[in-house]
Amino acid sequence: MTKKKPLSDSPDWTFDLLSEYQTEIERVANHYRLDTYTNQIEVITAEQMMDAYAGVGMPIGYNHWTFGKKFIQTEQTYKRGRMGLAYEIVINSDPCISYLMEENSMTMQALVMAHACYGHNSFFKGNYLFKSWTDASSIIDYLLFAKNYIAECEHKYGISEVESTLDACHALMNHGVDRYKRPQKISLEEELKRQKCREEYLQSQVNNLWRTLPDNDNDEPKAKPKFPSEPQENILYFIEKNAPLLKPWQREIVRIVRKVSQYFYPQKQTQVMNEGWACFWHYTILNHLYDEGLVTDKFMLEFLHNHTNVVAQPEYNSPYYSGINPYALGFNMFIDIRRICENPTEEDKRWFPEFAGSNWLDTLHFAMENFKDESFISQYLSPKLIRDFKLFHIHDDDSENYLEVAAIHNEQGYQKIRTNLSNQYNLSNIETNIQIVEADVNGDRSLTLKYTPHQKTPLGDSKDEVIKHLYYLWRFDVKLVQESEKGEEIVIARCPEKTEDKT
Amino acid sequence: MANFIDRRLNSKNKSTVNRQRFLRRYKSQIKKSVSDAVTQRGVTDVDTGENIVIPKKDLSEPVFQQGKGGINDRVHPGNDQFTTGDRIERPQQGQGQGGGQGEASNSGEGNDDFVFSISKDEYLDLLFEDLELPNLEKSQLSKIVEYKTVRNGYCAEGVPANIDIVKSLQGSIARRIAMTSSKRKALKECEAELVKLQQGSHDNIQQENKLKEEIQSLKDRISKVPFIDSFDLRYRNYAKQAIPTSRAVMFCLMDVSGSMDQATKDVAKRFYILLYLFLTRTYQTIDVVYIRHHTQAKEVDEQEFFYSKETGGTIASTALELMDKIIKQRYNDKDWNIYGAQASDGDNWADDSPKCAQILDKNILSVARYFSYIEITQRPHQTLWHQYETVANSHSHFAMKKIKDVADIYPVFRELFKKRSEQAA
Repeated sequence: MTKKKPLSDSPDWTFDLLSEYQTEIERVANHYRLDTYTNQIEVITAEQMMDAYAGVGMPIGYNHWTFGKKFIQTEQTYKRGRMGLAYEIVINSDPCISYLMEENSMTMQALVMAHACYGHNSFFKGNYLFKSWTDASSIIDYLLFAKNYIAECEHKYGISEVESTLDACHALMNHGVDRYKRPQKISLEEELKRQKCREEYLQSQVNNLWRTLPDNDNDEPKAKPKFPSEPQENILYFIEKNAPLLKPWQREIVRIVRKVSQYFYPQKQTQVMNEGWACFWHYTILNHLYDEGLVTDKFMLEFLHNHTNVVAQPEYNSPYYSGINPYALGFNMFIDIRRICENPTEEDKRWFPEFAGSNWLDTLHFAMENFKDESFISQYLSPKLIRDFKLFHIHDDDSENYLEVAAIHNEQGYQKIRTNLSNQYNLSNIETNIQIVEADVNGDRSLTLKYTPHQKTPLGDSKDEVIKHLYYLWRFDVKLVQESEKGEEIVIARCPEKTEDKT
Repeated sequence: MANFIDRRLNSKNKSTVNRQRFLRRYKSQIKKSVSDAVTQRGVTDVDTGENIVIPKKDLSEPVFQQGKGGINDRVHPGNDQFTTGDRIERPQQGQGQGGGQGEASNSGEGNDDFVFSISKDEYLDLLFEDLELPNLEKSQLSKIVEYKTVRNGYCAEGVPANIDIVKSLQGSIARRIAMTSSKRKALKECEAELVKLQQGSHDNIQQENKLKEEIQSLKDRISKVPFIDSFDLRYRNYAKQAIPTSRAVMFCLMDVSGSMDQATKDVAKRFYILLYLFLTRTYQTIDVVYIRHHTQAKEVDEQEFFYSKETGGTIASTALELMDKIIKQRYNDKDWNIYGAQASDGDNWADDSPKCAQILDKNILSVARYFSYIEITQRPHQTLWHQYETVANSHSHFAMKKIKDVADIYPVFRELFKKRSEQAA
């Protein structure tokens, strides 16, 4: 390979230099077949970065006190030097917006561009979850619509009313996701057009008075149909469509929160993969540039220093340990997949017959496109990596007074560790399984929810507060039941509190 | 493809609204925190904001979560000693949350109270909410003393520097349109007639020439209207507008005789700080005059005022006399808003107290906006208090209060400056 004249490695960046680097990075990214949305790279200051933090990844957020709290927290920890700000934030939108911080050195800007603008960006465009669940081209329009709509509601109905509604929705946000049905595409014009008639139509539907009018001729008691006929896990959707006393604008707010929640759902499920993919590519792209002689040793030293910090995995007994670092796990898994393709050992061939020795780039793209964290780990975590990380599995049953080491990084343990680590990223295990089982629409309108524990884990104490929020939206009795070991249903939370029958 | 956008100059306060929402929501807790803080606040830090503490539980954003217990399976990195089947004693704290060696806190959020700072302005707003300076509106209008130059429309005369070009050219256009409109109308008619003649079948050369001549003369006359005329010129006009004076002087009077110990002085100082902070919200510039006295009064600087030690008896009237003198010399009550605050432990030479009341009554209260007297003592009142009571009865802008200890300062201060619909008699 002929050595080219290296790009400037001065610590200070300029827009010209940024664009030179970007051109080179893009060339290499294309070489590796990274398919991306158009990049929109915005340079911002540290304060603006804190604003972006507070908006939890939404470039345009509606106003709510929790974002203010988040901002104050960020500001506090940042000012005291307890925390550095992220070098970048990237938004899953088309064009893909990434924020670069002004304070970054040129090396960091290059790292960030490779990481966010080509790593994350190609992930957003290629991964099946993002493809089928989010609509990158319309999200900005939708968020803008949401912001304006909520501002308008505040204007019409008062800040406090809107705030209470949003509080209640936020409490149920994790239960506002359709897991199995592909949501409809949202576009701004359509949204605006449909919003009005939806408002009116829905309100007329839930008003049960209308339905009772003419149907008086036969009094035969029919077997009461159960409503809903199937348990509903999308609580916010159920509320939006069926809550008896919600005002139309409140339904719309429920819908907005639900949509936002849905938008972020794929990101929750692909943290390891997404970060791993981005880290793999900033590492590979910048090394490629180095091999071509485009970046200097000085540049590489600074880059490697930062890269190493990002993908460091503290061990379980380190004071810095706070669980498995998704950057470390993801990055090493992608590196490992490439290794298995390029230099497979006997073990690899036994474990991964389908791709050991194949074209690494094809395999990597296939992995990125078709998996989420859970399936990615159960498919690709190799024994070598388990040994490198020295992973071990702790089984903790609260009916015993000890913890048990169920598996370690040896031949008998690999499979077990892989299964368990994969389960650890299975959202349906992490998030509580709560479903609406009955809404007594023809009786006292009470709402019954059922908690199904995962591995006997009880529901946290916050349930009482959440039930209050749910009550705020439903406006009639709400109770939460759980099936006991004997098969009886016991009420574990209800609102309003009833004194006479305590269970 | 990539577009670079420099957003650094965009507003950085996207979160301001959300921050205000947050303050709004927790106003009652924040206010409590503020009033708690003022009594504990260090004497010297008047320019900082304040740390606000809100109990964590009030701020929580509840969601359904899995609680502790049940069966947990976790994978951890860095095995250095375990083999399959090892049993480990359950770590004490946190019933088996995650297992490991108990060092890991996956939640990342502690249970500490939520502490954050508010700025000086936010702090003062909360601290002095519902308070107002007494007598402000009443005398503000009557003592108009400063002038500000403000724009006041346009006029036809003025110095060249004040010419308003846009307005002048507008005038020029208007004048030209007005002066030429009849000629343009005539011109249009002539031209139309000319066209008609030329299209007509008959030759009317004579008539045509006549028309052409007329058209030419009309055109000449139109072009002779000057482009700009001195009549068009407009000048920016300025006027002097009276504004209420924004200067204030605050007199701090304090007894420094042997009976005043440092603790009492600190109480007084905090009261002065509050008063000063409060005044800064209304006035742009504030002078502070420190007068201390025992048997004699002296104007001193801040350091000496609060920290030098004196002994001896007390004659309070000397301080009031000095204040009166300084007002006459330096602070004309037409230019200055005068505020006075006197702090004492109540001791005074019995014969002197009537004299104090007299000076206040005759000289000081007639020029001062407000005068407050605080007595910092645990003991019963003495002559000075009783004399002042008569003054308070006849002057609404004289206020007196007793402070027992540090905790009283803020309540008393609020009491003194509480918003009233009508002035107390």
